[in-house]
Amino acid sequence: MADSIRTYVRLALLLAPGLASVCAAALLATAGHGQTAPKPAPPDEAAEAFPGGTATTDESIDTHDAFSHFSHGIGFEGEAKFKVGNAIFRKLWVSAPSSTTSSDGLGPLYNSRSCQSCHLKDGRGHPPNGNYPQDSAESMFLRLSIPPESDEQRRLIAEHKVNFIDEPTYGSQLQETAIQGFDNEGHMHITYDDVPVKLGDGTTVSLRRPTYSIVDLKYGPLHPKVMLSPRVAPPMTGLGLIEAIPEAQIRAHADPDDKDGDGISGRVNEVWSIENKRLELGRFGWKAGVPSIRQQAGTAFAGDMGLSNPVVPNAWGDCSPAQTFCRNAPNGNSERDGGLEVSPKLFDMVVFYAQNLAVPPRRNFTDPKVVQGKALFYALNCQGCHTPSFTTGKVEGQPHLSNQKIWSYSDLLLHDMGEGLADNRPEGMADGREWRTPPLWGLGLTQIVNGHTLFLHDGRARNIEEAILWHGGEAQAARDGFAALSQSERDALIAFVASL
Amino acid sequence: MRRLFAAVLAAAATFAASAVAEPAPDVAAVIKTYADIAQASYGDALAGARQLQTAVNTLVKEPNDANLQAARQAWIAARVPYMQTEGFRFGNKIVDDWEGRVNSWPLDEGLIDYVSTAYSNESPANDLYVANVIANTSIKIAGEEVDTSKITRQLLTDKLQEAGGVESNVATGYHAIEFLLWGQDLNGTGPGAGNRPATDYDVKSCTNGHCDRRALYLQTATDLLVDDLAWMVEQWKPDGAARRAVMADNGQAGLVALFKGLGSLSYGEMAGERMKLGLLIHDPEEEQDCFSDNTHNSLYYDAVGIKNIYLGSYKRADGTVVSGPSASDLVRAKSPETDERTRAALDVTIDHMSEIVKRAQAGEAYDQLIGEGNADGNAIVESAISALIAQAKELERGIAALDLKSIEFEGSNSLDGGGDKPKRQKQSRAE
Repeated sequence: MADSIRTYVRLALLLAPGLASVCAAALLATAGHGQTAPKPAPPDEAAEAFPGGTATTDESIDTHDAFSHFSHGIGFEGEAKFKVGNAIFRKLWVSAPSSTTSSDGLGPLYNSRSCQSCHLKDGRGHPPNGNYPQDSAESMFLRLSIPPESDEQRRLIAEHKVNFIDEPTYGSQLQETAIQGFDNEGHMHITYDDVPVKLGDGTTVSLRRPTYSIVDLKYGPLHPKVMLSPRVAPPMTGLGLIEAIPEAQIRAHADPDDKDGDGISGRVNEVWSIENKRLELGRFGWKAGVPSIRQQAGTAFAGDMGLSNPVVPNAWGDCSPAQTFCRNAPNGNSERDGGLEVSPKLFDMVVFYAQNLAVPPRRNFTDPKVVQGKALFYALNCQGCHTPSFTTGKVEGQPHLSNQKIWSYSDLLLHDMGEGLADNRPEGMADGREWRTPPLWGLGLTQIVNGHTLFLHDGRARNIEEAILWHGGEAQAARDGFAALSQSERDALIAFVASL
Repeated sequence: MRRLFAAVLAAAATFAASAVAEPAPDVAAVIKTYADIAQASYGDALAGARQLQTAVNTLVKEPNDANLQAARQAWIAARVPYMQTEGFRFGNKIVDDWEGRVNSWPLDEGLIDYVSTAYSNESPANDLYVANVIANTSIKIAGEEVDTSKITRQLLTDKLQEAGGVESNVATGYHAIEFLLWGQDLNGTGPGAGNRPATDYDVKSCTNGHCDRRALYLQTATDLLVDDLAWMVEQWKPDGAARRAVMADNGQAGLVALFKGLGSLSYGEMAGERMKLGLLIHDPEEEQDCFSDNTHNSLYYDAVGIKNIYLGSYKRADGTVVSGPSASDLVRAKSPETDERTRAALDVTIDHMSEIVKRAQAGEAYDQLIGEGNADGNAIVESAISALIAQAKELERGIAALDLKSIEFEGSNSLDGGGDKPKRQKQSRAE
């Protein structure tokens, strides 16, 4: 691996600048979709071979463990913390009371018994291969909420103390499973309609448009104004580097009123930090609704598995106040674990693990097709939201994550993505049409790691091309530019995205 | 007293002087020893697996207590050489990409065979938690019907292993076989291992159903283990891919793999994942050989394997010794003190592991040692963990002494003081 990367780097330096500028020039004539002149792609920098900087993994990326390696340069001690974290991540929790008090407390309602069962191979979740009971939806679930109704609810939203108001009976998400003796909440039901899309060269692509509902409701009817938002588990790689990007760098890209007139705004989500008790920049989750890996892990332990932890200390997880039997169920809090089900020690190791799942190195970036695709990516102004690079700040005690130039291809900001992708469910400052630009690194390894190429927040896109064609709103011009390309140009752009 | 001290000093001085005078061996020669030991160790592991295969076939032919006992003994014996190969992990990609097929754990045993009702009562979030392939001719994996009517190698490796992307769906390797020989250990942190009856394989008076399919599963998994180990032996032969990979750059690639492997196995794998977590949560499931209660031997022979590799000397199952220029020789030529300390640390670890073995032989298995409230047992495990960490730190000194830049422990306090010095960009590492 090291040898081949070394060769790539040298080749890239020799070849890429020339190739890239030729392709960009050829494109200027055909791709005049943006309001501003398309930018030529910068030459491939050697650093781009390692999108995670020095923390990029050196291990095999041609197996399904490609997303499961630890940051390079972590040291033997860091490796030990990572591995203990991984073991907890894989751990199957059991219901309380059980003889192993440190492993109990599951539920009563839950989506999964272990972190790993949603975050399959530390990669991307997927919609079920059929509605229940044909398959179960474990690596994807429905978020639930209602518009604020009382003054108190309106105040909480206005002060950003909460991102949304829970559905009064079912809480913030639909739990499809429950421990022995309890009913689950119901099952997500998906139907797909075919939507034909005609491209510039006459090709027709059929997209699948999902519709979501809930069946087998066990706790009575849903609130009439309930809003559903489907979410697949996102890939886990590079989270520690994303967390290490200084806030100012992200804010610098925001342009909420589109002052530069490029048709792209970009807004930050300001969300409540449970631990720091203040507003912070949201950077994780499909709508940037979470400010830190700790809060993401804490809310996932509580919401997805029903486990109390240092961030969310209640033992009943997502049982709503209306589900009293559920709130009164035995819990797994134990004195030894700090009065919690997931002790602070275990919790910290899982957080360390999540911070250090390494980004894979780039593949095939000297391939002329990839170089051509990069030129097209820039010419279409995809980088208007998929910001190529940031430099991380200092991470206490983790020099391998600090001061790294990284290539995540995301501005981490909210963008209106149009009616087609809208979930019409606000989250914090994100409205019902806005989504956070997701990082693109590692995308091309989804097939190897997870055995599928289902993309976007609900896995509706069956490949990269469909994912691009779903883009709307602020990305409409870029999407239209893509649709106007020839087959071989589209292939080149896709090859570039898959090489990241 | 003073005289004795002086004598020791003099001896140390002589030793140090002679060690310094010794020229450093050629790195390529050191890595040739490394590869030779790998070939011999995997060869012995293969021989052990073949004996296990014979014992399993005998058990299936004549399922009685004596033959079940013999098969269990063969499994325990087969683990002895295999555990000594674990030092070749975490540095050799060929080994790392393959290892999950032969040694994955922990496993959701309900995928393979029947489990106790207490275990299966937890509503399955992993659909395959209680799929029980032995009892069912068809199971559902991620919404797809999978035909399991014929138990074949292909079914086990291509369909069941990590089915649905869930890592605890382990269908092959030592621990799947272990479960089929012992059954679940339902004794918690109390004494006793799994207690599967021999009649589970008796088609005439079958217990727990599907004895023919259970026998076929056991034989298929054992055959696969033999095949997989045979493949790995090939990789270390003179023209094998693993040997060629470590000999690259005149053995420099192998030297990095050697130190990375020994340090990672000592610290992250053993001290961390296998021992520290179990101690933190006192969960009897957190032991590697949980069905057979053989964890003590696994830990001990891992430590022996690390020492073999560092000292460049492996005593084979038949008593012959494979040896040659070693990593220890290389370190000693640069820093006799570091080598001395490293060798001492390896011996201390083996002493601690011997203590765990002694406890087990006296009837207190590893899962009891980590049990809640067993302060004495917990302390024994804790000090073994400390010994492993100490030995990893010594190995890091060796890495520094040999200036193995490509390992780059940027997070390591012992190497760079843990400060925030500017970090090398990745590309500089590749040059």
